[in-house]
Amino acid sequence: MNVEEMRKSHKRLTEFAYQTGTIDRGYNNRTLYINVSTNEIKEKPVSQEMKEKFIGGKGFGLKLMWDAVNDNTKWNDPENTIVVSGGPVCGTTQYPGAGKSLVVSISPATGIVIDSNVGGYFGPYLKFSGFDAMAIQGKAEKDIIIYINGDDGEIVIDEAPDEALDGHVLGEQLTEMYAKDEKDKKNISVITAGSAAKHTYMGLLNFTFYDLRRQVTRLKQAGRGGIGTVFRDKNIKGIVVRYAGTKGNSNKPANFDKVARTGIKLHREIERLDDNLMRIRQVGTANIIEVMSAHDLLPTHNFQYGTHENVVNIHSNVFRDNYLTQGLPDGCWFGCSLACAKAADKFKLKTGPYAGKLVTVDGPEYETAAGVGSNLGIFDPEAILEINFYCDTYAIDTISFGTTTAFVMECFERGIINKDITGGLELKFGNKEAALELLHQMSRGEGFGPIVGKGIRKLKQYFADNHGADYDFLHDIGMEAKGLEYSQYMSKESLAQQGGYTFANKGPQHDEAWLIFMDMVNNQIPTFDDKAEALHYFPMFRTWFGLMGFCKLPWNDIFPESNKYQDEPAKIPEHVQNYVDVYNGVTGFHIDKDELILQSERVYNFQKVFNLRLGGGSRESDIAPYRAVGPVTKEEYLSREDRYNKEMIEKIGMDPSNMTLEERIAATREYRMKQYYKLMDTVYARKGWSDQGVPTIEKLQELGMDFPDVIEVVKRYL
Amino acid sequence: MIKVNNRDQEFIHGMTIQILLEKNEFTFPGLVIKLNGKVIEDHERAQALIKDFDDVKVIHICHGG
Repeated sequence: MNVEEMRKSHKRLTEFAYQTGTIDRGYNNRTLYINVSTNEIKEKPVSQEMKEKFIGGKGFGLKLMWDAVNDNTKWNDPENTIVVSGGPVCGTTQYPGAGKSLVVSISPATGIVIDSNVGGYFGPYLKFSGFDAMAIQGKAEKDIIIYINGDDGEIVIDEAPDEALDGHVLGEQLTEMYAKDEKDKKNISVITAGSAAKHTYMGLLNFTFYDLRRQVTRLKQAGRGGIGTVFRDKNIKGIVVRYAGTKGNSNKPANFDKVARTGIKLHREIERLDDNLMRIRQVGTANIIEVMSAHDLLPTHNFQYGTHENVVNIHSNVFRDNYLTQGLPDGCWFGCSLACAKAADKFKLKTGPYAGKLVTVDGPEYETAAGVGSNLGIFDPEAILEINFYCDTYAIDTISFGTTTAFVMECFERGIINKDITGGLELKFGNKEAALELLHQMSRGEGFGPIVGKGIRKLKQYFADNHGADYDFLHDIGMEAKGLEYSQYMSKESLAQQGGYTFANKGPQHDEAWLIFMDMVNNQIPTFDDKAEALHYFPMFRTWFGLMGFCKLPWNDIFPESNKYQDEPAKIPEHVQNYVDVYNGVTGFHIDKDELILQSERVYNFQKVFNLRLGGGSRESDIAPYRAVGPVTKEEYLSREDRYNKEMIEKIGMDPSNMTLEERIAATREYRMKQYYKLMDTVYARKGWSDQGVPTIEKLQELGMDFPDVIEVVKRYL
Repeated sequence: MIKVNNRDQEFIHGMTIQILLEKNEFTFPGLVIKLNGKVIEDHERAQALIKDFDDVKVIHICHGG
């Protein structure tokens, strides 16, 4: 069936005409609300207070969600909402990495709010179409497509029975359907999920951009927390935006020259230095596979170990030299010269419904290469690319898939589960065929795949309840907290990274604080106060990217020559000032680097209160599974025996030579967990929270976030 | 004995910054190196001799994530 026939089968449910917007200094001052139960579409104004307190992006997402749900809303309730918002700088083309969207919803995995950032053109085009955010609520009766025509000021909702579900097919179909011609395809961006999203709790959203050179629709992912699952639960097949008028000043900055000057400085820096620094333009974020392995930090075999003899097979140069075909910088938004996006063209699939097809695979990013590669014991680059492709098109988060499958593989190897339970799949480490079949089962909604697709938290209970597994052991080795699977860094030897991961508001994702090197290698933050300061500053600084529509990579995956002379080189002070300048240049405001942190702190504390409101956010939820903190098993202890024995002598004050292995493991655990709890106490105090991790009323007043309904929530816990 | 990132490390006669980096497997592409508080430029690493009791800082800029 061609797209014209598909279009003919659409049934129009509603139409909405609106006045196309005029952006002023990064804001349209209105948001878009769509209820897919009632087909109501309306505009909502953005107040000055909303801009001052919530800024945009994730801040707008949280604010709109807060107003949309109640204390008892679950992920699959109609009132759960999906909010997509860029932020005031989103759509800027002069400064690299300024095209990000933030997506916020209540997660099926965690039951609390999740936020996930994503590239592609949707966020900027939505904004140029007239809206600072889009909130989707309700549940459609049948599969629908929402189309936003930002050129003509028209929004329609159609029932759409015939289009595909899988992201790479649907992205192409909808791009072709809504573009006027081939040249117009670059003006289309589509949000899709995929066939596995409905069968799992780790469904992602694909955001497309059309690649003119390859003439294919590329996919970027809002991966974490199962927002794609919510999307499909609402029976949304796709959301399309079309905007044809993108120009260099479409974001209407208050001071264009200031933004442009700051951007040129960074463009030149990237051109001059990237090839000898992180090589982001050559290999993307995969450049750190070998770095992590060299420092024994690359998660291997379910985070048991930090390296493997076969890691060399998946080093970044292997992907660059053999698969990443473009040989040219490749960005996901106009004007990003850091250009981390990578693609393997004409990659021939070996398995699944598209076996034999030649496809374009986006990635692999580091998280994917580590998650579905080393952590599964799969050191085959083609298998990694194939899993990467199917995860994206089926709409499965590669991080959660990798970490969950690694957990299942360890359970299989330890005899906790067997082939009777897995439906015949021999889920041993390194079995790429089994991993792929698990993924295909998630798409088909049959077999063991959908059970695994519910994530580690559910699996622990399932194995204990149905197969007599020892829950406590599963809890020790199951790398999840708050219901979200850990991303791909070994935190065992870095107390600060354990906190950075596990205290994170949404669950253990690295986008709050990535402190392994500062802590473990550089030894820059040796005291608890040092670590707590870092666990205050970096989460706040990095939260700010999500308020803006900025990508994190141009902050510290490139840095100027002069950075080495700075007092605090880890903060990349010149780039922090760039961000202040770009924000001020766009909005006309006059913040400094301290106000930047304050902007984040307001939203960060609001998110923490939101978690409490939905029944999460407790101190207990900030406690890591022990594998994130130290060695659970004999094998893990013995793999780093010298390190652990040394710690026992120097830090714990015990002589390991007089102790059995079991005694040493127990003593190490007792010591490390005490350190962990002490870190929690210190970090909570630094953040202005109670010893239970609840923002105090005084703190909320200090931040100006003491709204009556916010105070009402924290009073329940103080 | 020398200090590397505030941790004791054995002093080896004739060790340069470059040798120290290789010995410690510091392969990170973006390092800030200070020898007794003085920044060592990339082109100086092979000549910069480390003396006994020196204080070396090898700062990996926290990219990643």
